[in-house]
Amino acid sequence: MPTITMNVNGAPVSVEVENRTVLSSALREGLGMTGTHIGCDTSQCGACVVHVNGKAVKSCTIFALEADGADVETIEGQAHADGSLNVLQQAFQDHHGLQCGFCTPGMIMSAAALLKENPKPTEAEIRDYLEGNICRCTGYQGIVDAIMAASGQSTAIAAE
Amino acid sequence: MYNFEFTKPKTVEEAATAMAAEGAQALGGGQTLIPTMKQRLASPEVLVSMTDIEGMVGVAAHGNTLTIGGATTHAQVAADAADLFPGLAALASGIGDPAVRNRGTIGGSLANNDPAACYPAGALGSGATVTTNKRDITADDYFQGMFETALDEDEIITSVSFPIPEKANYQKFEQPASRFALVGVFAAKFNDGVRVAVTGASNVGVHRWTEAETALNSNFSESAIDGMSGNANDMIADLHGSAKYRAHLVGVLTRRAVAGCG
Repeated sequence: MPTITMNVNGAPVSVEVENRTVLSSALREGLGMTGTHIGCDTSQCGACVVHVNGKAVKSCTIFALEADGADVETIEGQAHADGSLNVLQQAFQDHHGLQCGFCTPGMIMSAAALLKENPKPTEAEIRDYLEGNICRCTGYQGIVDAIMAASGQSTAIAAE
Repeated sequence: MYNFEFTKPKTVEEAATAMAAEGAQALGGGQTLIPTMKQRLASPEVLVSMTDIEGMVGVAAHGNTLTIGGATTHAQVAADAADLFPGLAALASGIGDPAVRNRGTIGGSLANNDPAACYPAGALGSGATVTTNKRDITADDYFQGMFETALDEDEIITSVSFPIPEKANYQKFEQPASRFALVGVFAAKFNDGVRVAVTGASNVGVHRWTEAETALNSNFSESAIDGMSGNANDMIADLHGSAKYRAHLVGVLTRRAVAGCG
């Protein structure tokens, strides 16, 4: 089986994959990094979103071999080195941006990509950008509020 | 999915050689092909990645022609064509979702020719030319029905050249679950005529709406096509919409596209 090397959250790693292994499986099963979730496995739900060379992609729909040599960022790399939550993660907690939490890794990674492109998105821009991330719990309002708050903007529903 | 041989050529020549193998299939961004392979609706024996081939990524204008490399992602077209051909950039910015646009490519979309995809409408509505490792194919000759194109099995789309119109606009009525076009219309006004291409709606796949083109050639305004609708006899009918509904949408969206040209 081929071996690929990647920089995952800044650390060089090697992992053996089959040609057909998708990146989400390489991360979860090959590297034991189960923070990246697989929801639908059909490129629709967005729970598996990671960044490959700085771009948000659905890791269930890119072959691991296509990420050979790439810089990969996952949810595991989002918190600060001391384990405390980053601004976006903290905002999700403060604004009830999750209930069951299954979609949250993808939501955080998509939201992080959005804020990198557009540091002060409008509510409409946030909703548009999250088109490919599905949450069954929150009705999205808490997620939108969290991203508004993380980008330093006032939210429609203030946190208690 | 079934396993396969994988190759990632660096040049078009190497890719062409790899594509000559039995059961070989080009892999663009894989945003359609990978889900299709998971369902075992496709099981290529060899995948030839187009993502690392020299000269196949980028957006460049030469005079009045915009040329897009075959392996250019939708996100890059949305960004890099925004000033050069805003109607096409807007079309690219509405395909799928942001993560899909970061992987999916124009060559992959046109080679697949999904009857509800956006790019076929942009290419046919602009009168684009598809350039392969073998030849140039005009859009009018390229699209040959649902999932059917003029491409040979081993042919690779290296670039697509779009004549830049005076104005153009794409309107998509999304199927709310898949976000593919239930009906999409690309209208483009050139100094020598108007082209209108319809995707999503028809059993024949992407096609030009010639009646509307004729009406708009003499008067490029919404009123010129007031009350017109597509031919319901040709339209797809499924649980998302009847043939009559799609035919109606063709008229509505064409008027919106003309209005959107400003």
